[in-house]
Parts: sequence; structure tokens; C-alpha cells
Amino acid sequence: MGLIAFLILFPFFAALVLACMRKSGPVRKYTMFAFCVVIMAAVLVFSAANLISGETVSYLPETHWINTGMLVVEWFLMGLIIYQSFKWKKYYCALLSVAQTGLITWLELTGKSELPGNHILSDKLTIIMCLIIGIVGCLICVYAMGYMKDYHTHHTEFKDRRSFFFSMLFVFLGAMFGLVFSSNLTWIYFFWEITSICSFLLIGYNKSKEAINNSFRALWMNLLGGLGFAIAIAYAAIQLKIADLQTLVQTGTGTTIAIIPVILLAFAGLTKSAQLPFSSWLLGAMVAPTPTSALLHSATMVKAGVYLLLRLSPAFYGNLAGLMVTTIGGFTFLATSMLAISQSDGKKVLAYSTVSNLGLITACAGVGMHEAVWAGILLMMFHAVSKSLMFQSVGAVENCLGSRNIEDMHGLIVKLPRLAYVMIVGIAGMFLAPFGMLISKWAALKAYVDSGSILLVIFLIFGSATTLFYWTKWLGTLIAVHHHSGAVKDSTKGSEWVSLLVHCLLVITLCLSFPLASTYLIEPFLMDMFHEAVPALISSGNLYIMAMMLCMIVILPIAVRVLTFGKKNKIITSYMGGANTGDDRTFVDSFGKPKRMYLSNWYLTDYFGEEKLFVPSLVLSAAGLIILLVVAIGGAL
Amino acid sequence: MVGSIVSALAYIIIGPIIGGLLQGFDRKLTARLQGRQGPPLLQPFYDLYKLFSKQSVVVNNIQDFLVCGFLIFVVFTGALFFWGGDILLVFFALTLAGIFLIMSSCSAYSPYSSMGAQRELMQMMAYEPMVLLAAIGFYIAAGSFNVKEIIQADIPPIVYLPGIFVTFVYILTIKFRKSPFDLSTSHHAHQEMVRGLTTELSGNILALVELSHWYENVFLLGVVGLFVMSCHWWSIPLAVVVCLLSYFLEVIIDNVFPRVKWQLMLKSAWGVTLIAGGINLMIIMLIP
Repeated sequence: MGLIAFLILFPFFAALVLACMRKSGPVRKYTMFAFCVVIMAAVLVFSAANLISGETVSYLPETHWINTGMLVVEWFLMGLIIYQSFKWKKYYCALLSVAQTGLITWLELTGKSELPGNHILSDKLTIIMCLIIGIVGCLICVYAMGYMKDYHTHHTEFKDRRSFFFSMLFVFLGAMFGLVFSSNLTWIYFFWEITSICSFLLIGYNKSKEAINNSFRALWMNLLGGLGFAIAIAYAAIQLKIADLQTLVQTGTGTTIAIIPVILLAFAGLTKSAQLPFSSWLLGAMVAPTPTSALLHSATMVKAGVYLLLRLSPAFYGNLAGLMVTTIGGFTFLATSMLAISQSDGKKVLAYSTVSNLGLITACAGVGMHEAVWAGILLMMFHAVSKSLMFQSVGAVENCLGSRNIEDMHGLIVKLPRLAYVMIVGIAGMFLAPFGMLISKWAALKAYVDSGSILLVIFLIFGSATTLFYWTKWLGTLIAVHHHSGAVKDSTKGSEWVSLLVHCLLVITLCLSFPLASTYLIEPFLMDMFHEAVPALISSGNLYIMAMMLCMIVILPIAVRVLTFGKKNKIITSYMGGANTGDDRTFVDSFGKPKRMYLSNWYLTDYFGEEKLFVPSLVLSAAGLIILLVVAIGGAL
Repeated sequence: MVGSIVSALAYIIIGPIIGGLLQGFDRKLTARLQGRQGPPLLQPFYDLYKLFSKQSVVVNNIQDFLVCGFLIFVVFTGALFFWGGDILLVFFALTLAGIFLIMSSCSAYSPYSSMGAQRELMQMMAYEPMVLLAAIGFYIAAGSFNVKEIIQADIPPIVYLPGIFVTFVYILTIKFRKSPFDLSTSHHAHQEMVRGLTTELSGNILALVELSHWYENVFLLGVVGLFVMSCHWWSIPLAVVVCLLSYFLEVIIDNVFPRVKWQLMLKSAWGVTLIAGGINLMIIMLIP
């Protein structure tokens, strides 16, 4: 219990300290580093202790004074939102905030939400989430130290508010810890709101017009989800006399009494995990400095959404709420992976790919069967690490080359070899056999087929094909080798390298050790959740085969010597119909003048462009969402 | 166990011989269709031997590394298939192999091979849904993803999967790099894309690519054969006949149709997958 309180409260304390340290310099750097190390150590100790004792524990049945304190903070946050909305003339945000805070205050003051039940719960899923938040999140904070220094040397037009930025990162981590440890719905809601506001403040960090607009978009979408959350709490407390998530899920499994709160919570989860039609807030979030994007996309924010959906999963089995979640998730997976094809901005491709992968996890949660949840949790773990790695490497490349366009990464393996290798590991981790994401996708496919949902299977097979396209394209760009091109100065800071290399290591370790994670964390959790033994989804024989594939990639350089019989290759310039002007960069055009050659990737904007697909997919998904919401709620009333 | 190891080894040893003979047969048949005499049946082997004895001319030093990756993973894919492994894993390994080949031509900063690489990627995107759908079809028909268990079914999978079989044969044209879908590289080097994907490969490295294609073709015909395999002895000769017939069909198609644009390839491949494959999937999933 002490450790849990420490994990929740310490990041807030760290944030307070950092907010006071206005001066940049070694003192702040080492303080921040020390905070990160402390959090990571605490997370590791907590996980180890919990794994050894191996029990699900819950605490704090009586929390009147903490609730009052939370209420005060909520009012403060509402005040902050109202101030910001009036300052930037976005009044609708104030309205949304007042509505939900008012509802929660009423519940709290009339004592309707004071129902028996524990407020804190710690089980195996909590451990997984803690590891993701603690390790990936803290590494991002470490990365942020070096990155933000470069960011402000490149962007002198923005005001340097780094102390605010760093403290917000830690508030975010604290809120995430609070969210995953809470069992009481009002508590989850409280931390849920903090993450919404943190992301709003982080996205609007540089205060450019675009950043402000995008931050308000993120705010209203998440507040809308928050409103759904608040109504769900009110309904559950008044009609069902339930105040905690676990009881709600138990009540909701197999019956339709609890369908209204379940579907409203699912709605909140969908907004937070940026599913269509709410994807635009996450896509807009990339105007913020890279550590923000990395944090939002991998360790926090969107993971809060899928975390809630995975928790609710048993209550989705075979009802309309489940149908809504699977349909929206599957559709999002396909639509956003198609949209990713047409993007050349590295961060935008990553953003679409995040939304797409979250769609897959969401669909897994919506299926409501244990094998699907197994795949969903694994996907979440692999995605957190790989995506964080990708964002950080794109950010580092941007600081070196001044561009994050994929086209400018042509020949990165020559220009910035070390960053290119890191990026290759990240991309391989995102979609290639035998790396992590693919294993989970494989399990997800099996689960979808077993659940008998044809639509999901169709979404998945087409979505896999489009995913393959945009990642391979990127991979191919990185390894193009030009003649006469040399290395560029690598300005990546030491702190950034620490984070990047640890991430690389994590991607590879996770690939090799995921069976352990499955046995000791995911399977016991599923036993608790579904009360039945989980059959092995991927047989041990197949695991050996995958290990073999990994080994084959490692021994490939030796195999090359054998297969080419040790012959020396003759190196020439590439073929351009005999019109080269001496290297592989320029050719002689029809006027007899030398002309520079430029090789672009295919973006297929006529087919997969944003202007072609984005609005139709918004309309379709919004229509589907509204219809299913109305039908489900109307049917239950 | 011993049986499966023997068949995997048989694939590794005999696979390229069958692949070469098939190509010889293809060239002979194509020549006859065009009113030519055609090369001897063993010509592909002579060609390969000659390629192996040549020095290779490359544009950079990572090409041979990536091409070897292609060869190794194609052989791995086929060996895993004939060993009786999980068919999804087999297809994932095939994708990995394909990506190695694409990478080898991306690594050369060359207009023709670059274009070939993008087109090859497009081809992959066109056939990938069908490949996964075929695996799912086998799973529903036989109750397992394992090839070992699929071939022990009482009723051959094709009875349940006629639509998926037709679609698989359709995308086989893409995989065999036959016209009308020979977009990324062609057997004939006098076209707008020169040789596309393999433009910058030559000598013994090109020989490795050829060899991998032979392995790949035999593996793909193996998947075609899997559709008619069952626990009865006569299913084996039947599978061989079906494989030969579909290969014959592909050669005829190659000679009859001109190359299409990628747009048509993508639309038609996805369309056929969605209609024939999707309806077939719907029927077998809804009617147990």
C-alpha cells in the first residue's frame, strides 16, 4: 500500500519541484534524472514484490476526506478550463467541463456515490500498466531533457517554458499511476480528467495558433468522453448501487442490466484511445514537441483508453456494447492504416499507425473472449515500447536533419547510421515477423475467427496488407545507399541515446521473453477475469520456430559469405539507360544537360489520400457509433 | 515426426530441381505457343550454372546480404510448410522473405530497381489479404492452422473453400510474376522498367534470386495442392495433377494477357478477394 501511494504521489511531488526549478542547467538535469530513476526503481520493486506474493489486493474502503480533497482539485481544474476557454474564446469546452464537474459534485455532496467498496486495486494488469508507464514513461522524460534543449535552439520563436513542460510530464505519469491503481469509478474519473487536461496543456505548449487549436480539439473530445464517464458513474451509483469498476464488470457480464454504464464507459474509452471519429485530436497532437507525442502515443493517454476497454472486456461479450467497440475498433484499424499510406510526414505516419494499432486493441477488447484480451494486452505492451522508440528516433533525426519528412530520410543509413539502425529495430518491431506486434496480431486473428465475426476478419486482413505497405516503404527509404554521400553530424544528446538504446534493448528482450510475460502476468490475470483456464494460444513449437527465425536473421551475415562463395563483388554505379553523368545522382536529360535524379516513394494520394478517405471514414464511424449507442441505450431504457 | 523432417529435407533438396524443370517446361510451352522451337527442358539449369560462375556487379555491398536473406527465408518458408508447420507462420515468413527482396532493390539508389521495389510492394499489398484469408479458410475447414492436421482431414478443404481456391489461383499469377501481373519484374528485359526489381543484381547474386524463385514456386504449388489433400492415398496424385494443371493455366494466362497497370491489379485482386473469398468465408463461418 505504501508503495502504491508513493507511486501515485511521488510524480506529483517531482512535478512540483521541477515547476520551481526555472533555471536550466546541470542541477535540474540531475534532479530530473534522479526522479526518473526513483520512479523506475519503485516500479520494479513494486512489480517484483507483487509477482512474488502473486495476489490481487485491494485497499481503502473508507476515503471520505480524500474524496473531498479530490473534489476541490476537480473544481480547480474546472476553473482552469473555464479560464482557458474564455481566454481563447472556445466556450464549448467550458460548458462540457461545467456539466460533468457539476454532476460529479452533486453525486458527491448528496452522498449518492458513497457506496461500500475498495478504492485501490492491484492485480496483474496493474503491474503491466505500471511497467509500461514507469519504464517507458520515465525513459521519455529522460529523452525529453536532451531533446528540449535542441528544440529551443532550433525554434527560437517559441518561449522557453521547459520547467512547466517537465513538470507536466511528471503530472501525467502520476495521473496514469493513479488511474491504473484506482478501482473506484469516481477515482478513475478524477485521474482521467487530469490526463485530459495535461494533454491539453502539453499539446498547446508552444502557443502557436495551430497548437492552440489542436489542443482545444483534444480537450473537447476528451471532455466529451469525460461527460460520458460522469453519466456512467451517476447511472451506476443511482440505479445499480455500484461504485467500483470490478463490481460493474461482474454485474455486466452475461446480462444487460449494466449495459448503459458499460457502453458509456466504452464511449469514454473510445474517445481517449482516439478511435474514429475521434482520431483527429491525436493526429493534431503532433504539433507538440516530440516527447509529448511519444508520451501520448505510447505510455500514457491513449493507453488509458484501451486499459479501460480491456478492463471492461468481459462485459462486452455478446452484446451491443461489444458490437460497438469491435466495429469501431476494426474499422479504425483498416481506415487509418490506409490513410497512413498517403502520408510522408514521419510523425503523421506514426500517429496514424498508433490510431490503427489502438483500433486493433480496441477490437480485441470488444470481442470479450479471453484469447482476444490476451492478444490485446500483448499488443499494448509491444506497441508502447516500439512506438515510443519510433517517436524518439524520428525526433532525434528531426533535430539532426531539420526535417521529419520520410522523403528526407533517404539514405539515412549512410547519413546517420546509428539512428537508422535504431529506427530499423523500431519498424521491425512494429510489423515484421518474428517481432512482437506480429505475434499479437496473429493471436488477434485467431481470436477474431473463433469469435465468428466476419467483418473483423475482413478488416484485419486488409488492414494488415496496408500496414505492410507503409512500413516497408519507410524501411526501404532508410536503407537506400547513395554513392558519395557522407555522414551528417549527429547532434543527438547523451540522454537521448540512453533512452533510445534502452528502448531498442526492450524491443528485443520483449520479443524473446514475451512467453514469460504471458505465463506470469497475462494468464493469471485472465484466470481472475474470466474464471477459466486459458489454453496456450501460440504453441511452444511455434515459439521455437520464431526464435529460430530471430537467430537466422542474426547469423545472416555469415550465411552471406557461404552463399556467395566468398567472391568479391565489383561495385559500379546504378543503371540509368547509359545516361549517368558519373554517379548515381544525376543523368543527362534530353537537352544534353545534367539533371538531378530524385526517387520518391509511392503515396497513392488518389486512392488513400486524406481528402479522399478521411471525411467518409469520419461519417461512417460517427454514424455507426451513434446508431449503436442509441439502439443500446434505448433498448435498455 | 520423421516423416515431416524427411519431407522438409526433400523440399530443400528436390525443390529447386522441380522448380527448374517447371521453368523449363514453361519456357518450352511459351515458345510453342508463339510458334518457336524453344530451349531444351534443362536450359534453366544451364543458365543458373552460368550465372553462378560469373562475378557479380553490384551498386553497393548490402545487396548480397539482403538477397541471401531472401533466399534463406524462402527456403525456410517452404521447409516449414512441408514439415507441416503452422500455415499462418509460414505465410508470415514468406512476407519477411519478400521484404528482404524489396530491401535489396531499395538499397540501390537506382530508378529502375526503385520503381520495381515500389511495384513489388504494391503487389504484396494486393495479394496479402488473400494469403491470410486462405490460411483462415484452412483453419475453419480443418479446425487447425497446422498443415500436418489439415492434410489429415476426411474431406479435402476445397469442398469448403471453392471461392477461396479460385481467389488463390488468381493471386498466384501475381506471385508467379506472370503477365498480366508481372509489374515489378519480368522475364523479358527489354521493357520500360528494364528488369525492375532485379535491375541492379547480376552474376551469382542474380542466380540466388532465380534459385529462390524456384523454391518459392514449388512452395506456392504446395499450397495449391493443400486444397485437395485429405487422409486418402489418392489425394496425393490428385494434388500433383491439380498443381500441374494450375501451373499450366498460369502459363496460358501469361501468354494470353498483356500487362495491366497497378491500379487494375490492386482493384481486381482486392475485389476478387472480397467477393469470392469474402462470400466463401461468410458461408463457412455462418454454416458450421
